[in-house]
Amino acid sequence: MNVPIGGLATAPMVQLLTADGSRVEHPEYAYRGDRDAVAMLYRDMVLTRRIDTEAFALQRHGELGLWPPLLGQEAAQIGSGRALRPQDYVFPTYREHGVAWCRGIPPIALLGIFRGVEMGGGWNPADHNMALPQIIIGAQTLHATGYAMGLTFDHAVGTGDPDRDAAVIAYFGDGASSQGDVNEALSWSVVHQAPVVFLCQNNQYAISVPLERQTAVPIVQRAAGFGMPGVRVDGNDVLAVHAVTTSALQRARDGQGPTLIEAVTYRMGPHTTSDDPTRYRDADEVEEWKAKDPIARVRRYLQAEGQPPGFFTDVDAEADALGADLRSQCTALPDPDLADLFDHVLSEVPAELEQQRAEYVAWRAAYEGSPA
Amino acid sequence: MTEKLSIGSAINAGLRASMERDDRVVVMGEDVGRLGGVFRVTDGLQKDFGDNRVIDTPLAESAIVGTAVGLAIRGFRPVVEIQFDGFVYPAYDQIVSQVARLSFRSRGTVRMPIVIRIPFGGGIGAVEHHSESPEAQFVMTPGLRVVSCANPHDAYWMIQEAVACDDPVVFMEPKRRYWETGDVDRTVRPPTTWSSSVVRQGRDATLLAYGPMVTTCLQAAEAAAADGLELEVIDLRTLSPFDLDPVYASVRRTGHVVVVHEAQRTLGIGAELAARITEQCFYSLQAPVQRVTGYDMPYPPSKVEDEFLPGLDRILDAVDHAREIGGQ
Repeated sequence: MNVPIGGLATAPMVQLLTADGSRVEHPEYAYRGDRDAVAMLYRDMVLTRRIDTEAFALQRHGELGLWPPLLGQEAAQIGSGRALRPQDYVFPTYREHGVAWCRGIPPIALLGIFRGVEMGGGWNPADHNMALPQIIIGAQTLHATGYAMGLTFDHAVGTGDPDRDAAVIAYFGDGASSQGDVNEALSWSVVHQAPVVFLCQNNQYAISVPLERQTAVPIVQRAAGFGMPGVRVDGNDVLAVHAVTTSALQRARDGQGPTLIEAVTYRMGPHTTSDDPTRYRDADEVEEWKAKDPIARVRRYLQAEGQPPGFFTDVDAEADALGADLRSQCTALPDPDLADLFDHVLSEVPAELEQQRAEYVAWRAAYEGSPA
Repeated sequence: MTEKLSIGSAINAGLRASMERDDRVVVMGEDVGRLGGVFRVTDGLQKDFGDNRVIDTPLAESAIVGTAVGLAIRGFRPVVEIQFDGFVYPAYDQIVSQVARLSFRSRGTVRMPIVIRIPFGGGIGAVEHHSESPEAQFVMTPGLRVVSCANPHDAYWMIQEAVACDDPVVFMEPKRRYWETGDVDRTVRPPTTWSSSVVRQGRDATLLAYGPMVTTCLQAAEAAAADGLELEVIDLRTLSPFDLDPVYASVRRTGHVVVVHEAQRTLGIGAELAARITEQCFYSLQAPVQRVTGYDMPYPPSKVEDEFLPGLDRILDAVDHAREIGGQ
């Protein structure tokens, strides 16, 4: 069914699982998995939330310098992440911890940049078909478009071979929708019929700035102006996100061009651990969204469908173990050696940079063992 | 009469004074209104001046500067905040191709009284793109003024001078020093704050710095004094145009000079200073101009930023090295 939402609410929104855990029909989209498949999505969301909660706590204990929590956005990320095939490629922001989980990236790899031990990521993008997290808002949407053009040039689109045809998904937020880069990507991708899905997690705030200061029309409506289909989906409904993203990705793989998806969700926590959302939003609003929690509704649904209670305790136990493991791995992450970082500025270290490294190493040697 | 303020609150007070003085001054940027800026530098301004004068903008740096150009053409004096140094690049085209050139293109009939505030530099344990020092890129762009404050008193007056200036001013704020406090005299307006300032006198060598590194150099000078070495410290304050007569006078007395900045070495401010000092003070120099800077790599992960950033040891080593060359 199509349900209106508050605020910039003139566009309908695809929903397949209501906040109270009831399945509903939609004329165009359906979730085709069985109960076991839904249970796996539940598990993904619970584990992702635990990774996020642990990382948040690690920041509070001084083990991370910063953390951007995904709390509340699990369905938008897991629903879309589980719609991907191995040959698809992901261009994320810095908040896509759930998508990273879906791509098989070890959770510890998410923590390096926030602990200050990694330069810009923590994994090899080629190992997971997932680019490094993007901090410059919106820049990755252009990268996604270019990568998608490359898929077309390489005849990896529209062949009908399900193991060959590939698509790209670019994640961004409501704030990023104001950036020139994002609008350039949307326009360009249509001109080139690039196989890319633009997935906007509209979590209602760009740090403190609410959606109505960011855009005068629902983000999904922009799609028509650029010449691509746009779909608005309940971003807290993992089944609807999965269905909508599956369809858009297949459209891209089939060579029919880009789609814009607006997943309507809510950032339950601060922008980052440095932020204080009580300065700019009301507790009532947060409570309202808490009632739409993406995990609770799936749990209600599964319970009503007769999922054995042992399943839930097992997932919780798995989450506990994952959290404990993440904590110990985090504190064991080695500090980088500045001397090694000179290796990565260019493909080879030029003589003048080698000279700077030598200066640094000599300076450090002179002070080793002496009080700072 | 003085009061204790932090650098952040001194800039806030200076902005407030500018807005009270001139109702054409508007403040714009991401999160500057209700939140008061991520560093709280604009805290309370929207509450007191309204949301037509303190504007929470969409998340679009190019648009923040581009619309400021239009507002300036209309006769406003926009003060725009770039939230972090590393976020200025989407606005770089508007700054370099538009803001910096309109006065020149119009033979002075169009003025660009825009202040572009940029918290810059590292040392706060931040993630990538949050610890950059891009000042040289603006200094090498004709048509911009570039200044940087290093203490609360200067911050209070320098921001007001920037707002009152008819030229575009890139105002570099030392973010790691935002919370450091000092005496601010709000009663006596200095004739200008855009001049090099000798902040510590000494005869043995001259340290040149601006922004966050001024405090570091003062600490180095304090440490050196314990060893009987008297270092002169000059806070450049204005980077474009430079005010170098006090620098030349100092170098002619000390014969040794060390330039200190967080920015990477190659084509940094230190390169230009070394060239000018060599041109003007060649026969007074007893050693080549020394540079203590970030290394020529992207800003590193925060766990090793203290080794990337100039610290007391590296500064004092450079002083010793210069004096050895000079036969001291």
